[in-house]
Amino acid sequence: MLGNTSTSDSSQNTKLGHKDGHRHDQSHNHGHDVGERLYIHRHSLVHPMPAHLKILAGLFFIIVAVSTSISNWPAFIGYFLLISVVLAIAKLPVKKILSRATIEIPFVLFAFLMPFFGTGERFELFGLSLYREGLLAGAAIIAKGTLGLLVAITLSGSTKAREIIGGLERLHLPNLMVQIATFMLRYVNVVSDEMERMKVARSSRGFEAKGVADWKILAQAAGALFIRSYERGERVHLAMLSRGYLGQMPVMERAAISKLQSAFVFLLPAIALIILISTRVIWSRG
Amino acid sequence: MHIPDGFIDLQTSALFAGGSVIGVGAALRGARKELNDKSAPLAGLTAVFIFAVQMLNFPVGAGTSGHLLGGALAAVLVGPWAATLALTVVLLMQAFLFADGGLSAIGLNVFNMAIIGVWVGYGVYLIVKRLLPKRRASIALAGAIGGFISVPAAAFGFVVQYALGGNATFSLTSVLTAMIGTHIVIGIGEALITGLTISAIMASRSDLVYGWKKNETKLVIKEI
Repeated sequence: MLGNTSTSDSSQNTKLGHKDGHRHDQSHNHGHDVGERLYIHRHSLVHPMPAHLKILAGLFFIIVAVSTSISNWPAFIGYFLLISVVLAIAKLPVKKILSRATIEIPFVLFAFLMPFFGTGERFELFGLSLYREGLLAGAAIIAKGTLGLLVAITLSGSTKAREIIGGLERLHLPNLMVQIATFMLRYVNVVSDEMERMKVARSSRGFEAKGVADWKILAQAAGALFIRSYERGERVHLAMLSRGYLGQMPVMERAAISKLQSAFVFLLPAIALIILISTRVIWSRG
Repeated sequence: MHIPDGFIDLQTSALFAGGSVIGVGAALRGARKELNDKSAPLAGLTAVFIFAVQMLNFPVGAGTSGHLLGGALAAVLVGPWAATLALTVVLLMQAFLFADGGLSAIGLNVFNMAIIGVWVGYGVYLIVKRLLPKRRASIALAGAIGGFISVPAAAFGFVVQYALGGNATFSLTSVLTAMIGTHIVIGIGEALITGLTISAIMASRSDLVYGWKKNETKLVIKEI
């Protein structure tokens, strides 16, 4: 996931820039921290929405989806169509969405095992004997997990990491946590680059980690990384104090978007709720 | 690998989110008291360290490798309060930025890893440290055992959540044996890495190790 370098991002932007006639926009806003590498710069309706509203809308959508019974399967088709529309509006590239979605694979495997182990009613499908309940539960895990994943990908793809932190702050995440998250975002790249340099240093001395016998060396590297991180924390803290830091980051940018426009974000959970209610009504009649 | 959306039902998720809020709230107060104005940069860099060190692969052999979870290690290094905050922020960022762990399951994941993982690890560390002789080597050993227990303890948290609101059909006993069994094996790796890392830090900067600081003998000026 950290392999998504900013260079590949900007090359994709270049391609899309040509297509959309936005060539002049390529140069702006390509952050270099790990968090910002996830951000995919596009000119869409989704991107400028306030982060805290996007987080809330995403969360409400997930809550609606998670509370839907899998036996109401037409609703899930509606949810997937809905989130696909949002992804399309946000102009996020399919390839990138798929590569980020691979994080779900272990749970998909887990869900695939479910129909084969369990108790209760069995039925035959393609010569396999499956448990009905297990099949439903496995399908539910995959469907709901994937919906949640797509929401999170939409959020991180269309919102800069520091805007997400700003959004969490507006949703009353305690200030200390906001500061920790800000530090994390600012320094995660510095520290992981430091780790990478240590790896290069180890390799250039002929070290190759093969098994448990090599763990001592790796743990020493981890220890050195901790010491360096800690000392950096102290230095940064003093540097910030000397620049007048009082425990709050100044707000650098405010999205110029009206309240009415930002209310559009809540179309996502609202439509999901309508899908849930309408499929329920139709289903109970039929 | 964190719990995704829809794996545990909403009531249970809400219950554990409440528990996480209480636990993190207590950690906020504890960290403020202990670290005062230094808490944000130090907990922040601890979060960065944990996030980075989780990417460091420890080869097990046969092409597989594991990585550190870091709850007990962070607790021994910077104290349980700051460790809880650091781990919570790591989990929040993983969910919001990397889609690792569902947004509606954040409470579950924070409870298991940032609260159970840290505090069980630290509690075991304190108990073992008391039993062992007051020597430098004991810190690494106690931390290792804390790391070992913290992993199946966090897995047990998941089993409890599964029992209360799991949306899957595996029986509770099979989930219990599978989760605890695999996590004991993972715990052995965690113990080794935790112990080795603590002893590496003890060798050069023992003054940074929270769990050791209080043991240090005061400088005494004697007349001769």
